[in-house]
Formats: sequence, structure tokens, C-alpha cells
Amino acid sequence: MFGNDITIPHLLIFFPLVAGLITFFIKKDASVKAWSLFSAIITLFISFASLYYRNNTALSGLAFNYEWLKYMGASFSVSLDGMGRLLTFLTALCFPVIFIATFKTLYKNPKAFYGLMLLSQAGLMGVFLSTDALLFYFFWELALIPVYFLCSRWGGEKRIPATFKFFIYTFTGSLLMLIGIIYVYLHTGATPYSDHSFSMQAFHSVSLMPSQQNWLFWLFFIAFAVKMPVFPFHTWQPDTYEQSATAVTMVLSGVMVKMGLFGVIRWLLPLFPAAVARFDNIVIVLSVIGMIYASMIAIKQDDLKRLVAYSSIAHIGLMCAAIFTLQQIALEGVMIQMFSHGINIIGMWIVIDLIEKQTGTRKISQLGGVSQKAPVLTILLVVIALANIALPLTNAFVGELLMFSGLFKFSFWYTAIAGLSIILAAVYTLAMVQKVFYGTTNPLTATMNEISWNEKMILSVIVIIILMTGVYPQPFFNLTKDTIATIITSFK
Amino acid sequence: MPVYYYIFLAVALFSIGVIGVLIRRNMIIIFMCVELMLNAANLLLVAFSKMHQQVLGDIKPTAASDAQVFVFFIMVVAAAEVTVGLAIIVMLYRNTHSVDVNFLNRLKN
Amino acid sequence: MNNSLQIVWLIPFLPLIGFLINGLGRNNLSKTLAGLIGSGVILASFLISVYVFFIVKDGNTHLAHYFDFINTASIKVGFDFQVDQLSSLFLLIITGVGFLIHVYSTSYMQAEEPKDFAKYFSFLNLFVFSMLLLVMGGNYIIMFIGWEGVGLCSYLLIGYWFKNNDYNNAAKKAFIMNRIGDLGFLLAVFWLLAKLGTADYHEVFANTAKLTAFDITGITLLLFVGATGKSAQIPLYTWLPDAMAGPTPVSALIHAATMVTAGIYMIARSNILFTMAPATQTVVAIIGLATAILAATIALKQNDIKKVLAYSTVSQLGYMFLGLGVGAYTGAVFHVMTHAFFKALLFLGAGSVIHAMGGEQDMRNMGGLKKHMSITHITFLLGCLAIAGMPPFSGFFSKDEILAAAFAKNPAFWVIGVLGALMTAFYMFRLYAMTFQGKFRGTTEQEHHLHESPAAITFPLIILAILAVIGGWIGIPEIFMQGGHRLEAFLEPIFTQSNVIAAKHEMPHVTEYTLMAISVLAALIALVYAWNKFSKYQKTSTEEAGIGKVLANKWYVDELYEAIFVKPLQSLTAFLTNIIEKNIIDGFVNGVGKAVNYGSRQIRLLQNGLVGTYVLLMVLGILILFIIQLFL
Repeated sequence: MFGNDITIPHLLIFFPLVAGLITFFIKKDASVKAWSLFSAIITLFISFASLYYRNNTALSGLAFNYEWLKYMGASFSVSLDGMGRLLTFLTALCFPVIFIATFKTLYKNPKAFYGLMLLSQAGLMGVFLSTDALLFYFFWELALIPVYFLCSRWGGEKRIPATFKFFIYTFTGSLLMLIGIIYVYLHTGATPYSDHSFSMQAFHSVSLMPSQQNWLFWLFFIAFAVKMPVFPFHTWQPDTYEQSATAVTMVLSGVMVKMGLFGVIRWLLPLFPAAVARFDNIVIVLSVIGMIYASMIAIKQDDLKRLVAYSSIAHIGLMCAAIFTLQQIALEGVMIQMFSHGINIIGMWIVIDLIEKQTGTRKISQLGGVSQKAPVLTILLVVIALANIALPLTNAFVGELLMFSGLFKFSFWYTAIAGLSIILAAVYTLAMVQKVFYGTTNPLTATMNEISWNEKMILSVIVIIILMTGVYPQPFFNLTKDTIATIITSFK
Repeated sequence: MPVYYYIFLAVALFSIGVIGVLIRRNMIIIFMCVELMLNAANLLLVAFSKMHQQVLGDIKPTAASDAQVFVFFIMVVAAAEVTVGLAIIVMLYRNTHSVDVNFLNRLKN
Repeated sequence: MNNSLQIVWLIPFLPLIGFLINGLGRNNLSKTLAGLIGSGVILASFLISVYVFFIVKDGNTHLAHYFDFINTASIKVGFDFQVDQLSSLFLLIITGVGFLIHVYSTSYMQAEEPKDFAKYFSFLNLFVFSMLLLVMGGNYIIMFIGWEGVGLCSYLLIGYWFKNNDYNNAAKKAFIMNRIGDLGFLLAVFWLLAKLGTADYHEVFANTAKLTAFDITGITLLLFVGATGKSAQIPLYTWLPDAMAGPTPVSALIHAATMVTAGIYMIARSNILFTMAPATQTVVAIIGLATAILAATIALKQNDIKKVLAYSTVSQLGYMFLGLGVGAYTGAVFHVMTHAFFKALLFLGAGSVIHAMGGEQDMRNMGGLKKHMSITHITFLLGCLAIAGMPPFSGFFSKDEILAAAFAKNPAFWVIGVLGALMTAFYMFRLYAMTFQGKFRGTTEQEHHLHESPAAITFPLIILAILAVIGGWIGIPEIFMQGGHRLEAFLEPIFTQSNVIAAKHEMPHVTEYTLMAISVLAALIALVYAWNKFSKYQKTSTEEAGIGKVLANKWYVDELYEAIFVKPLQSLTAFLTNIIEKNIIDGFVNGVGKAVNYGSRQIRLLQNGLVGTYVLLMVLGILILFIIQLFL
């Protein structure tokens, strides 16, 4: 079907897709885990290759374009640019980490669980790679639909209402985006085979009146804002994170929230520049409110998962605000932060999962003194927690420094207010560390043991990535230079 | 004969059918009323086709037969429908000993 | 540029290695080994610092670029070290005093488990590393890395005994209050980046002309906010007394000698900006003076030996800021140095006392210790004399320089400053007399236990006492000795630009002598009075009343902050969580769901299963369509 033109982007999409489909047909439940882990690691290697052959356009899929629904003007076109490489790498990296970290967890019907996970990975890859609007939408849904099943079948007691909320929220968003895509599609020029085209170039060259852009902007933005999520579209997130199985939560928070940010950068900004210039203030204000609001609510949370969920809303708020400043420096920060946020939050989930597995609770008020029982876990957690509050020489500092600098160029007062979240982040993170890890043990935590070597190993990997990125972030800047240059030039 | 004669007849047949469906509770009567409405439509098809032949006959020779074919087609389908419908009614009667529609308002039971 | 200065990277690198060895090997290292590694790396750093100092003294400076920390189209931040007069002086203080405190700790922390012992040393080494990064950084970003790093280490070390929740709270409070200041610092850096596109010292200072007066005032005020956090000035000083929860050597190193002076270093480093912003300078001077007085008054009534020293530190830091505010940058840096000597000495001496008393910190239960601990006693007395500003001890020279500059700026500053100095002499000798003079007031068991501390503790005390005595002699004012102020000459290149803008105030020698005499005399009177009064101190159970009670309760500032910041924040978060989030936002979303649910339940009633109704509706619908089609 594809002739000789199998490129890295295709492999990134089809390998998890095929592997996921195979998973459903594996007979032995025991081998499912090993197979999924194996496939995730292969995908990671493909992703490494994509980083290595950075300058090879043939391998990056730029030259290739398979006519998919020729008479509708849709094509199966994928390509890798800097941001795509970064996010596919994040996706490829997260899945093996998640699989290893939750290797001991037993799921009922593992075939379906791991199969859906891999399908969702394929969808995510597709979102980050596609350069065709219809294909983008297709993968967007391909990434989400398995997650609906994952949330509703594996998870806490109240998972059904939580999933339902999640579904309604994201699906409303997606449908609004679909309307927007179709509207823009109907304004594109003709191709040899069809009246209109879904290709990204065609979308970018559409000239829309400012009045059209104004409402189209909101159709797209709400879809992305729900996914990020930005205040006030966020209430699905804490519920879903709390109720889902930890592995699913990791996928959702580590990688899926990046879909929203990615969508804004790849589709929203180039399509509706006039509307972006008009509404940037509103979006930034919403994001800044969200940062403070979520940080304050995080202070009050007793459930570790909800605390991290709200903290994530605050961090994403900063990224969203930074994107809309359209400052080069802020976008550079967003790029590295998208990666860092994924790594850090997955680290947090792993720690929470380990604690919950041993003590059976996630309530901060019921824990205490964990550091006496599990010192290594504590040390690793403290590093991750410090990355969460963006201490220098951890990965999040670099991103936040650049994003805040960009925001500062936009407005002093927004930066000053948003900066309060730095203080609030310290308040809730340290309170959490203190209550869970320090102090004296109680009956629940007294029986805890040190974590096993493979858990130590996987957390150490995360900590090493955190520190390496924090000390030498330059590779990330080199990687995403081209994407940022494209955005900036298109706005000049 | 002017075409409105046929139209009046069809309207009368159709109205009788509608009223019959609305006021009768016996399922078989309702069924017959539905057939009556269907035939009112058939009558109109035939009538209009004849009328069109007079207008378009020179340009399109097949204008007359098009609608007639449809009428046959509808009659065949209606016959099949009656078969199925009557079979259902017979089954219902066997189970409930009634052909009163109001009595059968709970299909889910 | 001097090639022999290229080894400067070793200075912070060695403590980092020490941190890694002690941190990773904490389960396997014996106490002796951990102590040896911990102190050894600092000693090595100190020796290199001495070497560097002598090269810098000849006028060589070095700007080392190691790698690009951030290098993008819009910003370039190198991982740079800048070694010049100012940083080399701080290097000496940090590694020198740091080394002594490491040695002291090997004995002081002997009661700990081996792995906790190694953990302690790894934190201490990490602290030294961060502090070195702070003073060696070649731009504000590297300085900020060190700045936050020392904050982290302070957090870790205050909460070192992590089973005690009060200590943890103190650690958390310190970190969060520091973070408030850090936000100011960060905003200043963003401002610089936005206006100049760089945070490198030499580029910023060379391009000050590009900044408007408003920019400079804003940047310096924000930098000062950062300094108030780290250096415990009003309004962010309350964390420092609480930070005494940490082990005493930590208090000596972090909360007296080095970390809390980071704010002074930062302002001295940015002296050009501050000189160009007179409004900020006034603010700095007033805040410094206010802090000096406020903390001194509180120290008058404290009974915890470490708390007195803590407030005394806050007060002395206030003097340094007063110096910075009136443009006496050299004086401020000079006071940092002498303060590092005598305050580290006092803390370590207090530690020695606490050690001998078996953990007792309340001075009301001490007394008469001079018989039992002669070395600690003598060195402590020297330290007290130095901080009280008695000539020719070190504190006299540095404090006098600041006060003289304050007088030149505004005589009112001087009057208040002398008042503070008087109180300093009073509370220090109250502390001294209550601890060492008079009769022992503790339990007999404690009295049995009293002993002089081992050599690892007394050795640093002796060295620091010598420094506390002679340390001031590198800055003897002109009036006593021509060319006596060698420190000023040494630091000259750092403050050149400022000196051009703000010419130094020369005052007649007579005035200077008079001022000096008055302040020394005032302090002497307070000293003698306190010595006499508190040597005869008897334990009483009477409660403090009136102003004494207010002072003993620290002006109720903690309670005030609790009432106006902490409580409202808690209510606000509770309000947001329970009302806004649950009822309004989530309520709206769930409300939409409920509305749909309700609507469908209502509409379901139409589906009653009566065929007749369905048909009737159908017919009605058709009729309506007819009417619309035919008549409308």
C-alpha cells in the first residue's frame, strides 16, 4: 500500500497500532505484559532513530503523501518537525516507563487493557505527526476513545460518573473542533481531485475574515482548552485522575494534556492569527486565574492524586498563557516544559502508586513518617517534588524561567500574579512532603517496606532525566528551534 | 374527467383511513384503515400519471407508465406488509386474547 | 584573564563531590570517614580559595565560561563563573568558616546514627556548593540557581530532625518565606531580560544607560524584595528565629555566617544599579535600620540562647542593609566578613554550651559556666566584645564604618543606629552574664554533666575568636592609620562605577572621633550595666508585663502574620474548594447533565405506548405542516 515509502513517522504510528491489535489476540494473559512492554520499547527505539536522523527529510516523511480519501481532499500525510519529534519521543518514552512502573499491578482482562493502551499510543503518535486536518481529527479521537474504555472499566468505585464527565467534556470539545475543521475545509481551494483539501498547507493558506476567525477560534480553542485543561474547563480532570487506574492517569496527564497544547501551537495559531491577536488577553487571563485558583485548591486537597491533578492544572495554565504571549522566549520555554511536565508528573504518579499499593490509602491525613521506612523512595520523591516546584537545576526551572520571561514581556502584572503560584506551589508541595514522608509513623505506614530494585530503577531514571534536563537543557532547544522559527515568522 | 375528482376521492379515502386509525381500537380495523390510506396514495399516483401523460406525452412517451409501475410496486410491498402485520396480530391474539391496541401499550412486558 | 584562575571550577566542584559521596554512600560510610570526606573537600576548596584570593589580590580577575546553560535565539545564559575581588572575598568566608563548622560538626553531631551523620554532611556539602555557586555565578541566573539551592539546603537542614513536626514547620516556613523573596528576585531578572536581553553582570552594568530611571528603581526594589527574604529583613524576617530548630552548627553556618548574607552580596554585586536608584537606597536604608532596631528590641527579652543570637543576626543584617542603603558598600561587605567571624563564633560557643548542658537552651537554667568551660567562656566573651563594637575588636571597625556613612547621609540614621548598638551590647552581655557568670541554676544532674567540649569543638572556637579579634584590622579607618583600609583598596574595582556617581562624603576628623567616642561609650555603659545586672540573675516566676511582655512575644508579629495572611489564605482556599469549585463550576457542569436528565424524563412521558396517541400526534404534525405549506 505504501510502496517503498515507509518512513519513521509511519513506523511510529503503525507499530503501536499493529502491536495493540495483536495484543487482543494473544492467548496467554501472562505474556500480554511482556509483549506490550517489548513493543513499547521498540517504539522507543524508533523514536530514538527519529532524533538521530534529524536532518534526513526523506525519513521524516516530509516528502511523502499518500492520497487517502482522494476525492475528499484528505491524504494520509505525516511529518516530523522539532515539536513533533519532542512529543513523539515523550510518548515513546512514557509508555515503557508506565508499563515497567505498573508491571506488578494485575488488571482483569489484561489483553484488553494493554491493547487499548497501545492503541491510544498509536493515536497520540498520529496526533503529533499528522499534517492533514482530517487525519489529525481521526487520530485525536483514536487517542481518546481507548481512554474512555480504560477509564470506565479499570479504576476506582466512582469511575463511571467520572468517565462520563470526561467523555462529555472532551467529546463536546472534539465535535466543536470538527465543525470548525469542516468550516475551514469548505473555504480551502481545489485540488486536482477535489473541490477542497484537508491538508495543512491548504488550511494555512485559507484566508478567513476576522469575523469568521473570531468564532472559529473558540470552536478550536474549547476543544484544546478542555484537553489541557484550562480554567474553567478543568473539572473533569481531578475526578478522572482520581478514579482511573494509575497507568491510565499517567497516560492522561503525562502525554494527553500535551495534545491540547500541541493543537494550539500546530493548528490554532497559524489558522486564526487575527483572532489570536484579539483574544490573547482573555486566554492569558483565564490561564493566570487558573494557575492561582488551582494552586489554592491544591492546598486543600487530602487525596494525593487530586493534589497532583490540581498542581498539574496550575502548570498547564502557565504553558497556555506562555503560548498566547507569542513571545519567542516563552515558546521555547513551552517546548521544554511540555517534556518536563510529562516526566515529572509521571514520577509523581509512580510514587503515589507505590505508596497506595503498600498502605492502601492515598489520603495525606492518614499517612506519615514514610521516610523512616522507605528512605530511598523519599529521596527520589523529594527530587521529583522539587522539580514540581521548579527549583533550579531541575528540568521545570528552565521552562518556567523562559515562560515567565515571555509573560513578563507581555505584562508585568500578569507575571507578578502568576508568580504567586511559585509560592503556592511550594506551600502545597512541601506540606504534602512533610505530612506524608516526615513526622512519625502510624499503624498504616509502620508496616511499609523499602521499594524494590526495579521500582528504584525506574524512579532513578526519571530523577536522572529531571536533573540532566535541568543542568543541560540545550538539546531540547536545538531540537525545537525550527518549529518556533516557523511560528514566529508567521506572526511577523 | 378532471383530475380534481380523483383528488377529492383520494382525500376522502385518506381522511376515512386517518379517522379510522384514530378512533378505532381494534387492531385489524386499524390495519385496514392504514391500507386505505395507502390506496388513497396509489389512486393519486395513477391519476397524476394520467394527467402528466396528457401534458408531456409528446416529449416523454414513458411518462404514463412510470407511476403505474410504482403503484404495482407499492401494492406488492403492501401485500408483504399485510402478511407480516397480520401474522403479528395473530401472534398477539394467541398470547393475549385481545386485539385492542390500548390493551397492548406495554410492549416491554 | 589569568590562566592560573582556570581552576576555580574546582572550588564548588569539590563540595559537590563530597555531597555525592556522602549522599550515595551514607549506608556504608563510617562516621569518621563521612566526617573526613565532608570536611576534607571543604578544606581543599578553602586552600584553592586562598590561592585564588592571592591571584585576585594582584588585580587579576577571571570570567570563566563552561557551557551554554540556555542558548536560544532569544536568550543566552552561559554557565559562567566570575571570579573577582568581591567573589574571592566571599569564597574565603564561605570555605573558611564553612571548614571550621564542618570540623565542629564532626564532634557535635557524634550522637547521630552513621547514616544520618553522613546525610548531615552531604547536606552541608551541598549547601557549600550552592553558596559557592551563588557567589561565583557570572550572571543573575546562576546566582539564582545558588540562591534557591541554599534555600533548599536550609530547608533540609532545619528539618534535619524530621520526626519533629515543629521543626518541619519551621523548615517549611523558612522555605516559603524565602520563596516570596525569590519571586521578587525572579521578577527583577525578568525585567532585566525584557529590557536588556541579558542577565550577565558585565553586560547589565555596562548597559545601565539603556534603562530608564523607572526601570532601575523597579528592578532594584524587586531585587531588594529578594534580599529581604534571604537575608531576613522586615517584613520577611520571621523565619530566621524559627530556623534555630536546626542543629546549632547549621545555624552558625547558614543562618549567621553565609546564607543570610546572600542578600548583601547580591546588592553589593549590583551596586551600580542601586546607586543609580536613590529612592530604592532610601528604602533599603530605612528597612535595614528598622529591622536592626526591631530585632534588637526583641532580643532584649528572649531567654532561649539561640533565639537571642538569631535576633541578633537579624539585627546585624539590618546594619549591613543600612550600610548598603547609605552607599557604604565596602562597609557592608566588611561587616559581612566580621559578622561571619564573631557570629559563627557565638553560635558555635552556644552550641558548645548546649552540648555541655545536655540539650538545654534556656538561659534561665544556666549560669556560672565559666568555671566548667574555660575555653568556651573566653572565646565567647571575645565574640561578645566584638559584636558589641568594642575597639579594637573586629565589630568595632565595620560597624563604625557603616554608622559614619549613615551619619553623613542623615544624622537621624546615626542616632537610631547607635541606639541599636547600645541594645546590642546590652542583650549580648545579658546573654553572656546569664550563661557564664553567677551561680548555676540548672539541675544537679546537669551540673554533674558539665564539661569542656572536645578539641574538635574548641579548635574552631579558638580560630574564630582570633579572627573575631583581629579580623577588623584590615579595615582600619584613615583617621587612625594612613592606608589602613586595605579592604577598601582591595574592593575598589567592584565599586568604581558607583563611586563615580556618588562621591564619598568626607567629614572632619573631629566629627568622626566624636561619633566614634559616643557610640563606644554608649555601648560600654550598656555592657557594664547588663554585666552587673544579670550576673546576679535569679530565677523568678513573675510573668513579664507591659512592654516587656510585648517584646518577649516578639511584638506579636507572628500572630499578626497568622491573622492577616495565613488565616485569610486558608479561608480563601476553603472557600474556593468548597464553594466555587464544588458548587459553582462543577455544579454548572453537573447541572447541565442534570438538566438533560430531567428533560428527558419529562419528554419520556409522551412515549406512553398508546398507538392512538402516536398517530394523533403524527396527524397533527402533518396538519401543521400542511397549514405552514399552504397558508403561510
